[in-house]
Amino acid sequence: MLKVIKNRIEQGHRTSKYPKEPIQLYHRFRGMPKVVKDCPAELVGRCADACPQEAIDRKTRQIDLGRCVFCGLCETLSEGKFVHFSQDFEMGTSCREDLLTLGDLPALAEHSKKHFKKLFGRSLQLRQISAGGCNACEADTNVLNTPFFDLQRFGIQFVASPRHADGIHVTGPISKNMRAAVLSTFEAVPSPKVVIASGACSISGGPFYGSEDVVGDLNSLIPVDLYIPGCPPHPLTTLHALLNYFK
Amino acid sequence: MDNFLQVQNNQRVARADIPDLPFEVFREALLSLAHQGGQVVQFFAYEDRGQNRLLAVMRTDKLYVTGCEVAETYLSLTADSTKFHLFEREIGEQYGIQAEGHPWWKMVRYHPNYAGGTDVFENDYQQEIPGNYPYFTVEGKTVHEVAVGPVHAGIIEPGHFRFQCLGERVFHLEIQLGYQHRGVERLFQTVSANRLPIIAETIAGDTTIGHSLCQSQAIESLAGLTVNKGAKVVRTIALELERIANHIGDLGALSLDVAFNPPAAYFGRIRGEYLNLTQILGGNRFGRGLVRPGGVTQILGEEQEQLISAKLAELTPEVEHVNDLIFSSPTVLARFDQTGTVSHADAEAIGLVGYAGRACGLSYDARVAFPTECYADLPRNKNERTDGDVCSRGTVRREEIRHSTQMINTLLPKRQEEPSVLPQEWQLAPDSFVVSINEAWRGEVSHCILTDAAGKIQRYKVKDPSFHNWTGLALSLRDEGISDFPLCNKSFNLSYCGFDL
Ligand code: SF4
Ligand code: SF4
Repeated sequence: MLKVIKNRIEQGHRTSKYPKEPIQLYHRFRGMPKVVKDCPAELVGRCADACPQEAIDRKTRQIDLGRCVFCGLCETLSEGKFVHFSQDFEMGTSCREDLLTLGDLPALAEHSKKHFKKLFGRSLQLRQISAGGCNACEADTNVLNTPFFDLQRFGIQFVASPRHADGIHVTGPISKNMRAAVLSTFEAVPSPKVVIASGACSISGGPFYGSEDVVGDLNSLIPVDLYIPGCPPHPLTTLHALLNYFK
Repeated sequence: MDNFLQVQNNQRVARADIPDLPFEVFREALLSLAHQGGQVVQFFAYEDRGQNRLLAVMRTDKLYVTGCEVAETYLSLTADSTKFHLFEREIGEQYGIQAEGHPWWKMVRYHPNYAGGTDVFENDYQQEIPGNYPYFTVEGKTVHEVAVGPVHAGIIEPGHFRFQCLGERVFHLEIQLGYQHRGVERLFQTVSANRLPIIAETIAGDTTIGHSLCQSQAIESLAGLTVNKGAKVVRTIALELERIANHIGDLGALSLDVAFNPPAAYFGRIRGEYLNLTQILGGNRFGRGLVRPGGVTQILGEEQEQLISAKLAELTPEVEHVNDLIFSSPTVLARFDQTGTVSHADAEAIGLVGYAGRACGLSYDARVAFPTECYADLPRNKNERTDGDVCSRGTVRREEIRHSTQMINTLLPKRQEEPSVLPQEWQLAPDSFVVSINEAWRGEVSHCILTDAAGKIQRYKVKDPSFHNWTGLALSLRDEGISDFPLCNKSFNLSYCGFDL
């Protein structure tokens, strides 16, 4: 018992003040990429050729956050002269097209569907479906339940049964062997329901794009309401997206 | 040993130097090595000029390679040694080759074979998984079956579990995976070179460093790239941080599974602190984008060294205290002790690796046996408790946290500000073979590459430690209460995606 109390005192109170107070992530963290619009075309071309995810459009110079895995190669190659990564982790969007970006996104809070805010603003229950990814997306979603993030204080919970859920949160490129399970889990959720695609995999196939063994895009199976980019999305990216979209 | 070629970890060898044995000789050679305590590192098929071939890498305290040509059916090795059982099923699934007399012939991940030939499991892949497979059942009036998954009651990966029970007692647990299969090996054989590291990092997200190290070392060996000392220090630190973060997360979860919540809350947060150290090192909590063929993408500067070493100094006593809280609590120990036991003999027979193996008294640690990066200069770990139960697996992890912390503290001052690698093009040596092995947090990770006459990747084989260890979880449930499943499961914490590829 004494040990329980001693540990309790040592651990103290660790819950983050975000979103009331901003959080600064370490400067090596790769958040929202910022494009230098007027850099030489040759540099853009070199980065576009080298990008493993084919995420760079050489004409518009936009980066597709739905394909990008934030590997940092374009920043290194261009020495920051074409792309540099900011520590801004707020990257959720409600439109697939908005993920094609030069470094700015429309404010998510204004874009969200009004009736979702009314329905789920005070209480949101999500069923997570893991469908063929690498499990890092799941791990960094799970982390939201730890004391530092303490997701439940916002009235958001991940639940065991789809019957208890208001929507699904999907990770992974939807392996063919999970296609049926994704669809039946979605069907088991009572309407109205939301669909969240989390991570490059569920948005575009992520690292596994082009594989015959995956569907590669959740939107082609079920219309997606909220996109959370990253590989994996930082827990704060997910937290920000959930709070702004539903609150 | 005439029938084998002895190789070093990450040594490039000419394919022509690998023995090409008649199948019967190949079979006898593998079995006799397995009976003398040898274990299978890799055993896979590939197609070469229209002919299927088998290749095996075995380990004792050395590594041995051998190969043979194989017909559409061959006499199963599993009938004589269980060490080959899952490998033979995988060979059947990938290349449509039948292992005759295999005692438990069923698919592994559920996908059509690469050759496009007849399916050896008689599956019609238009049907959803598990296809044409009747699960093993136990019959009797009071026997009942519990089926769980593929979607589980939490934020976890998909898989299907069938328990055959008498009351609460489990006779048998059958585990069907494959739901996470996304075709990793085939991607490696077809995509452009710049995608290789990205896919390697996502074979199993919690083993990002382990898998990317294997791939980078294999490519470095085949392409003749050298890695500087500074990069080796960063790689070793990153692998150990990955180990600590995962062990801490799992110890917290084990505590939660026996309803002792405070350590779960503390370790939940503390695990995140270690992920953040990896983020300081390379800009991502899982180590994405850090390890690349030729070195690492970021140097360990003075700033990072100080941040990491200060944080470690702060966290180490906290971790000790929380561990002490877990392992001195009688209610926890009552649940951990003698639960989910895998005997030493069974562990040997199925080739358990990593902490699961060490908890059963199999001392194998690839960092000691086949050291890469900085491991040859670092002290090995010792395990106090090796009874094969949940408590032993927990204790081994606790010991490894200490050991890894010491290694990182030793390595930090050895950092060097040598230039990190810029993206570079490489050319793999033609007609070559390499096997790469690293001790990732779960155990032995191994990648093999075979190149063709043009230096293209002809066959890329991946093995995650989970490939060995899922069978261990199934055995640990024999004669256990079904309510102890979560506890046993967490004590192994195996990868679904690492297994499913
Ligand atoms: S960071 Fe994104 S855009 Fe840049 S190279 Fe990597 S995947 Fe491509
Ligand atoms: S998006 Fe990236 S981190 Fe998420 S599951 Fe896919 S590969 Fe893993």
